[in-house]
Amino acid sequence: MNDPTNPSRPLRPASETPSALLGELVAQFKQSGSQICQEWARRVSQAQLLAAASQDEILAFVTSIYHDYVEALETGAHEALKAYAHKPSHHAVPWKVEIHEVVGIVLLLRDVLLRSLLAKYQGDLSKLTRILDAYEPAANSIASSVALGFVQERERIIREQQEAIRELSTPVLRVRERLLILPMIGVIDPQRARQFTEQLLRGIRSTRAKVVVIDITGVAAMDSNVANHLVQTVEASRLLGAATIVTGLSPEIAQTLVTIGVDLGKMHTVGDLQGGIEEAERLLGYKVIPMPEEDR
Amino acid sequence: MIDEIHVSVSSDADIVTARQKGRALAAQLGFSITDLVMIATSISELARNIVLYAKRGEIILGVATDHRGKRGIVVVARDDGPGIRDVKRAMESGYSTSGSLGLGLPGARRLMDDFRIVSEVGKGTIVTARKWNQ
Amino acid sequence: MQVPILKQGPYLIVTMQSALADADFLQLRDSVMERVGKFRSRGVIMDVTALDVMDSFACRSLRDIAQMIKLRGAETVMVGIQPEVAFTMVQLGLTLDGVVTALDLEEGLAYLDRGNKKSR
Repeated sequence: MNDPTNPSRPLRPASETPSALLGELVAQFKQSGSQICQEWARRVSQAQLLAAASQDEILAFVTSIYHDYVEALETGAHEALKAYAHKPSHHAVPWKVEIHEVVGIVLLLRDVLLRSLLAKYQGDLSKLTRILDAYEPAANSIASSVALGFVQERERIIREQQEAIRELSTPVLRVRERLLILPMIGVIDPQRARQFTEQLLRGIRSTRAKVVVIDITGVAAMDSNVANHLVQTVEASRLLGAATIVTGLSPEIAQTLVTIGVDLGKMHTVGDLQGGIEEAERLLGYKVIPMPEEDR
Repeated sequence: MIDEIHVSVSSDADIVTARQKGRALAAQLGFSITDLVMIATSISELARNIVLYAKRGEIILGVATDHRGKRGIVVVARDDGPGIRDVKRAMESGYSTSGSLGLGLPGARRLMDDFRIVSEVGKGTIVTARKWNQ
Repeated sequence: MQVPILKQGPYLIVTMQSALADADFLQLRDSVMERVGKFRSRGVIMDVTALDVMDSFACRSLRDIAQMIKLRGAETVMVGIQPEVAFTMVQLGLTLDGVVTALDLEEGLAYLDRGNKKSR
C-alpha cells in the first residue's frame, strides 16, 4: 500500500522511485508538448486570462513558458519560473501580462498535465497513484514558488516606495550659510528617527553648519522614544560642533518632556520657528536690518 | 561562501584586530556605514571585556541567515574567565560616561539587534550578538 | 604606534590614526602633556577624523587628556568626529560632556583663536 504522506518511502523496485517516476513524467510531457500547449491555450482563453491577446499569441506565450515549467519539474530548480514574477512580460509580448494572470496560467497548466496523466494511466490505478504521488508535490511546489516570487516582488516595491516617502518627508533646509532647519513631521518611528538623525549629521558635515533648528510643531505624538531620539540628535549635533535650537514646543509638550525626564535646561528651546531662526541668526552673528523705505 | 573568523583576544592590540575584521566582514555583507561603526564598536566593547576580566578569550565572527533569507553578522565573544555572577544586573547597569569601568555589555546590546549572554561563575562567559542587514 | 603631534604657533595639533589600541592612548597622554609643557601651548586640537570607532575607552581617555590639558592652563578642542561615529556614540550615552567639539581643523583653530583674542 502506498503511504501518501511519505512518498519517498521505497515501496517498489528502483525503477519506480519517485524520482524515476518523475523522470518518466517529464519525458512524456516533453514528447506531447505541443498537444498539451494547445489544450493549455484553450483553457487560458476559456478562463478569460490574457484577454488582450489573440489565440496565436496565447499559444506562443504558453509554449515559451512550457519549456521552463517542464525543466522546473525535472530539476526542482524554480529560478526561471520565479523570474516571471519580476518581469511578467519578459518574453517580449506586446501586451501587458497581469501578475495574477501568470499564477492562474501556471495552475491551469498543472490541471492540463494532471488530466493527461489520468488519460494515460487510467488503466493501471495503482501506477497512476504512484505517478500522482511523484507529480503532485513537484507541481504544487512550482505553483507556490511562482506565487511567492510575486509576493516578494511586491514587498520589494513597497519597501522602495516607503524609502522614497521617507526621503521626501525629512527635508533638510539650508536657509543661510551654516544654518540648517529641519522640520520633524508626522509619526516618528525608530527607522524614520534614525534616518532623520543620520541625514541631519551628514548635512551638518557637508554644509559645515554651526546652528541647527529642529522644529517639532508637526510631530504627531511626543512620547519617550521620540523625546530620547530628539535629545540624542541634539547631542550628536554638538559632537559635530553644531548648536541646536528646538522650536515648536507647546507648553503641553514641554510638560511631557519634563515628565519623561528630559532636562530642558540642557536643550536650547524657543517657542516658535520664527523665533528660533532669529535666535539662530543671532548666534551666527547676523543682524537683520530692515531696508530703508525708499529702497523697497 | 564566507567562513567563520576566529580572533584570539588577550591584549589591547587584539581588540583592534577583532573590530577591524568585524568591520571588514560587515562591509562584505553590505551593511551601511552607520551599521559598520555600530558593529565595530560592539566588538570593541566585548573584546575589551575579555581582556579586562578574563585575560584571554576569543571573538568569532560569522554570517547569520534566518529562515526568510535575511542576512546579518554574528559576533560571539567567548572566554573561560571568572564569569558574571549577576547577568541581569550587569545588563541593567546604566551606561555611564563618568568613568566607572562598567561592563561594556549594555552598550554592546544597544547597538546590536539580538543579544544573549550565557555565563557561569568560575567557568566562563559566552556572548552571542547578531545584527541584521535591513 | 606614534601619534603625530604638530606644533602650530601657540597650539598643538594631535592627529589620531584609526588603529589606536588602548596602550597607544596612554602613551599619547604622556606625549601630549610633555609637549604642552615644553612649548607652553595655549590650545590643543585633538583630531579624531581617522578614528573608525570611538568606544568607551577611547572617550574616557580623550576626556582625561582634555582634563589634564586644562590643568595646565590650556584649552582642548576635539574635531573630526564622523557623523556615523557621533550617531553611535550617543546611542551608547558617550556624549563627551565638558569637552569642546568642533567640526574640523579649521573650525577648531577658529575657536581657539577666538578664545585667544578674548583673553588678551
